[in-house]
Amino acid sequence: MSLQQAKPPLPSNDKRWKLVNATMRRNGYADHALIETLHSVQDAFGFLDEGSLRFVAASLDLPLSKVYGVATFYHLFTLKPKGRHACVVCTGTACYIKGAGGLVERLQERYDINPGETTEDDRLSLLTARCVGACGLAPAIVIDGDVLGKLDSESLIAKLEELT
Amino acid sequence: MNLDDLADLAEQYRAIDANVEREVRVCMAASCQSSGAAPVRDALVAGLGESQPSCKVKGVGCMGLCSAGPLVSIADRDGSLEESTIYRDVTADDAADIIASLDGPPVERLRCPTDQPFFARQQKIVLENAGIIDPDSFKGYVAVGGYSALIRALSEMTPADVLREVTDSGLRGRGGGGYPTGLKWSTVAKMPATQKYVICNADEGDPGAFMDRAILESDPHRVIEGMAIAAYAIGANKAYVYVRAEYPLAVERLQTAIRKAKRSGFLGNKIGDTQFSLEVEIRLGAGAFVCGEETALMASIEGLRGQPRPRPPYPAESGLWGYPTLINNVETFANIAPIVREGGDWFASIGTERSKGTKVFALAGTITNTGLIEVPMGTSLRDIIEVIGGGIPGGKAFKAVQTGGPSGGCIPAQHLDIAVDYDSLKTLGTMMGSGGMIVMDETSSMVDVARYFMEFCMTESCGKCVPCRTGTQQMHGILDRLAKSQATRAELALLEELCEVVQATSLCGLGQTAPNPVLSTMRYFRDEYEAKLGDA
Repeated sequence: MSLQQAKPPLPSNDKRWKLVNATMRRNGYADHALIETLHSVQDAFGFLDEGSLRFVAASLDLPLSKVYGVATFYHLFTLKPKGRHACVVCTGTACYIKGAGGLVERLQERYDINPGETTEDDRLSLLTARCVGACGLAPAIVIDGDVLGKLDSESLIAKLEELT
Repeated sequence: MNLDDLADLAEQYRAIDANVEREVRVCMAASCQSSGAAPVRDALVAGLGESQPSCKVKGVGCMGLCSAGPLVSIADRDGSLEESTIYRDVTADDAADIIASLDGPPVERLRCPTDQPFFARQQKIVLENAGIIDPDSFKGYVAVGGYSALIRALSEMTPADVLREVTDSGLRGRGGGGYPTGLKWSTVAKMPATQKYVICNADEGDPGAFMDRAILESDPHRVIEGMAIAAYAIGANKAYVYVRAEYPLAVERLQTAIRKAKRSGFLGNKIGDTQFSLEVEIRLGAGAFVCGEETALMASIEGLRGQPRPRPPYPAESGLWGYPTLINNVETFANIAPIVREGGDWFASIGTERSKGTKVFALAGTITNTGLIEVPMGTSLRDIIEVIGGGIPGGKAFKAVQTGGPSGGCIPAQHLDIAVDYDSLKTLGTMMGSGGMIVMDETSSMVDVARYFMEFCMTESCGKCVPCRTGTQQMHGILDRLAKSQATRAELALLEELCEVVQATSLCGLGQTAPNPVLSTMRYFRDEYEAKLGDA
């Protein structure tokens, strides 16, 4: 029989921590719930900062190095905050054949950021995805969760300019 | 519960919609939703109102022709896709015309003929319900005979009977490897262990493949039913679906399906009043291609970094947390219910000598009809691309088709008449993979394509073993220099040597197959490599 470990206090009064705690509780604070927990932190806060990694490590009784190792291994997890809007360019094969590379270059040029970075005014993050599975719409773009397809670089930039 | 009870239940569910004669089906799969299917559905619902109680608007799964979305079909209540009227590129403004035409001739300007080869040449087993039933409706699935295979297996068959049917069917793993499913199941079934697991691999990481996504979004109960039959056959009581977080709609529909199946007693404790119990849980991937490899996938479920380990021991012997584990792909599980329902011999009568049944392919790239098709194994590539896919648009010439994603290779025009099955593709230096087909026209540079795939493998390498970690990097460097016309002949020779080393010495499938796109393009398009040499 294992003794119940004392759980660390929540990092702040932010209500979102309760969501994270609920995920861990639902999985019985088992160490294999690590990825599920990191998903829930990222869903709630948008990214994983050092404080949240430490909190998750202490709660699941895991070494911080392991939590950091998992968080950095998977592409979906990010340790940097995202901008107010996210533009994900799919770089799967079908999208590549249909010119996704050109779209990325044009966006890099227009906003002066590389994939994975956010503009200085915090407005837009440029990201790439391996394949969003919408190959019929190639080249596919995901803007704030909405999948758009068959865009050329000018109409894409026009759409991004409309975002506030 | 026995089969008669289930038939009664199906009859009850059918009676709910007894007054419905015709259905207006709107494709609500991810691709059509992205092209604006939701406003179309809302406009149709609002326009139809209560005026025609015999006609019902229904959200359904993938109809296949993704490039023409949003798709709407008008069908008799039980009508199949081919028997219905299909409208393409529908907008909300077209709703009024569609409703007005319900009692008369169809709206010609929107019509997508269903006698064209894209629809007529397909044979649907896995996708038989896709585009017809509402994926979120448990009742809808039962009404078309869903869960009858599970109840039949539980009430009339022993686990050994199920294993025999699956073995007789000749079904091979649809994830790409093509390992005989019956053999895999029997191996796990034989393991003496108190705890066993079933895992559904829905981590569709191959760029250009969207079959698993479409199956999960169109018919999630079918996958769950297949998993439950597998669990019964091998003696497992816990199952996981490992699905990509990049597929939020598929995850949502799967969650709904699991919840509803459990509430109705088709999952959970004592399924169908038998001693068989099964819990199914969803685990989200977090964006790592290597997690499609079974040992890496299990590491990820255990909450670790998704790094593979050497095999043997195979998962069948020592898998998740060291217990015997059965891992199959989504499409493999989706084939199980029809096999149990119609019998293994029926399934074995379809397809070729060594590859039975049908295969779902995702057509993408420069091809007229992009989308999802299901054809018997052994259909020729030319049929798939030129007839069903409608050929290359814009009067351009066909150059190559890439199959099997980063693990596969490119097939040139002279081999288009080959009958597609697991073994024939291997002889061409590529593989079936999960079924993605990317068609390229004459404007594509093959060196560029090889560089693209090598960049993919380089960034997706988990880093555990040296040949894959550094080999792919070196190969990418040479390909990059080649693409910029800076590489020497000596480097080209080095590239070929690296291909062999990485293939032979990598730990898992990612590294072992990473050189395939390079080798196959070199084999068929050597002149393009030569032309790019800096010292030529």
